[in-house]
Amino acid sequence: MSVNTIEQQLAEQLVAAQPTTTNRLVIFAWSGELDKIWPTLILATTGAAMGKDTTVFFTFWGLFPLVKNKVRITGENWMQRMLSVMNRGGDEHLKLSKMNFVGAGPAMMKSLANWHHVASPHELMEMAKELGVHLIPCQMTMDMLGLKREDLIDGLEEPAGATKALAEAEGAITLFI
Amino acid sequence: MSITIATSLDLKGLSCPLPIIKTAKAMKQLMPGQLLEAIATDPGSVSDFKAWAQSTGNPLVESTQEGGVYRFVLMKKETMQ
Repeated sequence: MSVNTIEQQLAEQLVAAQPTTTNRLVIFAWSGELDKIWPTLILATTGAAMGKDTTVFFTFWGLFPLVKNKVRITGENWMQRMLSVMNRGGDEHLKLSKMNFVGAGPAMMKSLANWHHVASPHELMEMAKELGVHLIPCQMTMDMLGLKREDLIDGLEEPAGATKALAEAEGAITLFI
Repeated sequence: MSITIATSLDLKGLSCPLPIIKTAKAMKQLMPGQLLEAIATDPGSVSDFKAWAQSTGNPLVESTQEGGVYRFVLMKKETMQ
């Protein structure tokens, strides 16, 4: 066996031994409920803390947690307005997907989280911005559901479309929550 | 070169993902080769610190437990290439 072959084999083994880490994380945040947005933000902040270039693309129900907490009614026509009445936006007004009990569930969940020193979705959202997570709202859903840029919190990136989201997702770890 | 701790973090009482997020932020401030000590009480942090070290390439030089208190020492890696 020639020295060249051995060197080549060694090089191949070295490459095989390298951990194949993907350094980008893209999360599609489709759900607007407390119990889905919470893990979304936990994973996003942790991804950024692991040095991953992290993007969260907020679409459909996932857009409502981006509404400013003090904004109550959004939308221009009666359907969009009714939607915001029935489905209040803001990361401090999220409902549970089960055991909501007209808000008693989330209140209990928040006190449990407080008790166990778990950061709230609002705190995690602020941390995500601080850590440089790219928070991108979906333009089409904003138009359809009647959410304007000024209804949404500061620190978001420019609203974008599906192509931008998929282009970001190429070669990254992708999650749909 | 003396082996001294450059930064010490008190993460007692904090739950996932805060210990790692606070650690990652503090590690950014260190110079290559410097050590960071983190004291936590979250049992999940044992596997989290190990995974974070592996994933980011900053060596976890110590991981010990005493009476429900976990102590981790991380070394800031040399800058890449």
